[in-house]
Amino acid sequence: MKHTIVALVLDKPGVLNRITSMIRRRGFNISSLAVGASEAPSLSRMSFVVEGGEETVKQVTKQLQKIIDVVKVADISKENVVARELALIKVTTTPATRSEIVQLVDIFRAGIIDVGSESLIIEVTGDEEKINSLARLLEPFGVKELMRTGRLAMVRGSSTVKIDDDQLGAPAPRTASNGAPSSDSPPPGW
Amino acid sequence: MRMTGGQMLCESLLREGVSVVFGLPGGAILPLYQTLPQFPQLRHILVRHEQGAAFAADGYARATGRPGVCWATSGPGATNLVTGLACSMMDSVPVVAITGQVARSAIGTDAFQETDITGITVPITKHNYLVTRAADVPQVIREAFCLAGTGRPGPVLVDIPKDVLTEEADFNYPEVVHLPGYRPILEAPIEQVRKAAGLIAAAKRPLILAGHGVIISRAFQELRELAERAQTPVVSTLLGLSSFPEDHILYVGMPGMHGAAYASMAINEADLLIAIGMRFDDRVTGKLSAFAPNASVIHIEIDPAEVDKNIKAHVALVGDAKHVLRQLLPLIQPKTNPEWLRRVEELKQAHALGSPRPDRLQQRYVLERLSEITDGRAIIVTGVGQHQMWAAQYYQFKEPNLFMSSGGLGAMGYEVPAAMGAQLGRPDKVVWSIAGDGGFQMTMYELATMVENNIPVKFALMDNSYLGMVRQWQDLFYKKTYVATHYTRNPDFVKLAEAFGLWAVRVKEVDHVDDAIHQAMLHQGPALIDFWVDQEENVFPMIPPGQTVAELMEEPEERVHWKK
Repeated sequence: MKHTIVALVLDKPGVLNRITSMIRRRGFNISSLAVGASEAPSLSRMSFVVEGGEETVKQVTKQLQKIIDVVKVADISKENVVARELALIKVTTTPATRSEIVQLVDIFRAGIIDVGSESLIIEVTGDEEKINSLARLLEPFGVKELMRTGRLAMVRGSSTVKIDDDQLGAPAPRTASNGAPSSDSPPPGW
Repeated sequence: MRMTGGQMLCESLLREGVSVVFGLPGGAILPLYQTLPQFPQLRHILVRHEQGAAFAADGYARATGRPGVCWATSGPGATNLVTGLACSMMDSVPVVAITGQVARSAIGTDAFQETDITGITVPITKHNYLVTRAADVPQVIREAFCLAGTGRPGPVLVDIPKDVLTEEADFNYPEVVHLPGYRPILEAPIEQVRKAAGLIAAAKRPLILAGHGVIISRAFQELRELAERAQTPVVSTLLGLSSFPEDHILYVGMPGMHGAAYASMAINEADLLIAIGMRFDDRVTGKLSAFAPNASVIHIEIDPAEVDKNIKAHVALVGDAKHVLRQLLPLIQPKTNPEWLRRVEELKQAHALGSPRPDRLQQRYVLERLSEITDGRAIIVTGVGQHQMWAAQYYQFKEPNLFMSSGGLGAMGYEVPAAMGAQLGRPDKVVWSIAGDGGFQMTMYELATMVENNIPVKFALMDNSYLGMVRQWQDLFYKKTYVATHYTRNPDFVKLAEAFGLWAVRVKEVDHVDDAIHQAMLHQGPALIDFWVDQEENVFPMIPPGQTVAELMEEPEERVHWKK
C-alpha cells in the first residue's frame, strides 16, 4: 500500500540529509520524495510516497516529527487529494516515427518542449500511472533519458496542511520542564 | 558587549549553569582554550582520550540530571566523541558536545583534521549545529541546552569553526528561543488518563514496569505512591534500577534476558502492564509476540515514536512520567490484590536468584558484599557484560538514581570515565565502578585524570581474563568453541593502578573481600581492587535472544576451573 505524507520543514542547510538519514537508518521504503519552497518564507514543503502497512506509515510519521527541523507532518492518504508528477522524457526520433510520437503526446495532453534532429523532449504532468503509461508507449521508439519529480500532493478543498498559528512564535522550554533538576541538588528521596 | 566566539561560548555555558567541562585541546579548538583563563568558574577536566570526555559527560548528566558538557577538537577529536554520543542517544542522556572545526574557508576541502562531524552525528544526536557566525553562538548554545535537557533528553553537538571562535560580535544571550518543530508533550489527554485509571481499577494482576524515564523525570515519589495505592508490584528495566526501593515489599526485580526469572514470569502472568518511561527493548521483551501474553498495556512515554513501536499499547499516555503520574494518581482508588501479591511472592521464593558458591571467589559474592557494606547507597557505574548483569541482579539499590550503565548501546569501557563524571557530579556520594577486565582496558587511561584531579572513584575490577559475556555465548550457543575471548596475558592490574597513582590491592579469596572493600573506601583518593574471580562462571537465569520465558535457562551445575 502506498501512502502520501506531507511535511513542512525549516528551510535550513542539512534538513534533507537529516530526513533521508532517518529514512535509510530505519529501513523505511520511500518510493518518491519531492521538496521545494512553500507559501511561508522560512519553510519548505515536502511530500513522500511511503510503501508499507498502517503501522509502518505511523512510525515514519512519528520519526519524521521527531526531527527538530521538521515542523509539521501529515499523512494525507485517506484525504481526498490531488496528486501530480512532472516528467521529462527525451525520445529518439526519425522522420518516420515523429508523427506517431506527436500523436501520443497529444493523446496524453503532454507537450513537446524541445525538438532536435534526432530526438525530442516531452513534458508530461499527471499521476504516476499516466506517466508510466506514456513512458511504456514511448519505449519502442527509444527513450534516451527520463526524469520525474516525484509526487506532489495537496488536499482538495479549503483544508490545508499547515503549522499551528502559534507554532513559529512559541518559546521553547527554558529548563527541564520534565522534572529534572536545574541546579546542583541531590535527587528527591522516596 | 563585544566578545569573541570563544568568549561567548564560555559565557553562554555559565548562563546555562555549567560548572564542569570534560575536554582535550587541539588546533581547531585552541582559541576556545585560550579564553578559558578568563572564566575560572568553568572547571575544565583534561581527559586522556576524547571518548573519556563524552562518557564522563554522560555519567555526570545521569548523576545530576543536568546536561553534561564535553568538548574536543576537529577531526580525530570529534570522531573520538562518537561512541559516547551514541551511548547518550540510546539512553536518553542530556549531553552538550562542542567540537572545533577547521576555518570556514577550509570546510569542504579535506583540510588537515577536517571531518564532517555534523554529518557523522546526525543519527546519534538529538540535534546538531554547525555555527557559521560568532553572533549565533549564544542562541545556538541556548537551543542546545534546551534540546538536550527537555522532553526526551539526548545529546546535542555544536560544531564551531576555528575562525568563528576568534571572530568578534555583540553578545546577546536570548531569554527565549523558538524551535517550532520541537514541542515536547508533558501531559496526556485526560480521557486517556481516565481510561488508564479504569484499567488499573479493574485489573486483578497488575504490574508496573518502571524504566529510565522514571529516573529522568524524577518521578520517584509518584511511582511509589502509585505502587502502594494500587498495591501493584514493580519490575524495573536495567536503566530503571534505583527508580524504586529494592527493599520495598512491592519490588520484584529486573526481568528480561538476564533478569530474575520471577520478574519475567510475573510479566507473563500479569493481566495489566503499566509501563512507565521505557521502550520495550529486545533485552526486556525477548520474542515480541509472546511478551506479556495475558496483559493489557498502559504505556506512559514521553516520546510518541516509542508508543506502538515494539509493543502495542491499549492505552497510550504520551507525556512526561512525573506529569502523567500526577494526573493519574488522583484517579486511583486504593485497592488490594492479595492473591496476586501472594502469587508474585510464590514465584520469588520458587525461582530465587542463585547464591554464590562459598568455595570460589565469584563476582556475585563481591557484589553482594558491596551492596551490604555500602548499604545499597553507593552510586554503581558498570561496564557491559557479565559483571553488569550481576551488578543489576545482586546490588540492592536503596536510594534513587544510583545505577549508571550503557544500557542501549552496550559500550564496554563506559565504567571508567562515566564513574569519573558521576563522582564529579555527586561529590557527596561513594562511587563504585564495577569493571570487567575487557572494558577496563578500553578506557583505563582515565585513571590518570582521576588521580590528577583527585576524583576518588573506587574500582571493583572483575578480572577473569575473559571477555566473559562473549565467552558465555560461545559456551552456550557455539559448543564451547572459545574464539578470541581469552586474554592470555593481561597486565598486572595492581601494578598498573599503582603506576597511575591509585591505591590498589589484589583479592583472590572470599575471606579477603570485605577487608579490601573497607580499605578502598577508607582511602582518600581513587582506589582499585583487582578481584581474581571465577573464570568460567555464567550469568543465569538467561532467556536466549528472541525467545520467551518458556525457554528460560535457570542455573545449571557449575563447571568452573580456578584461575592460575
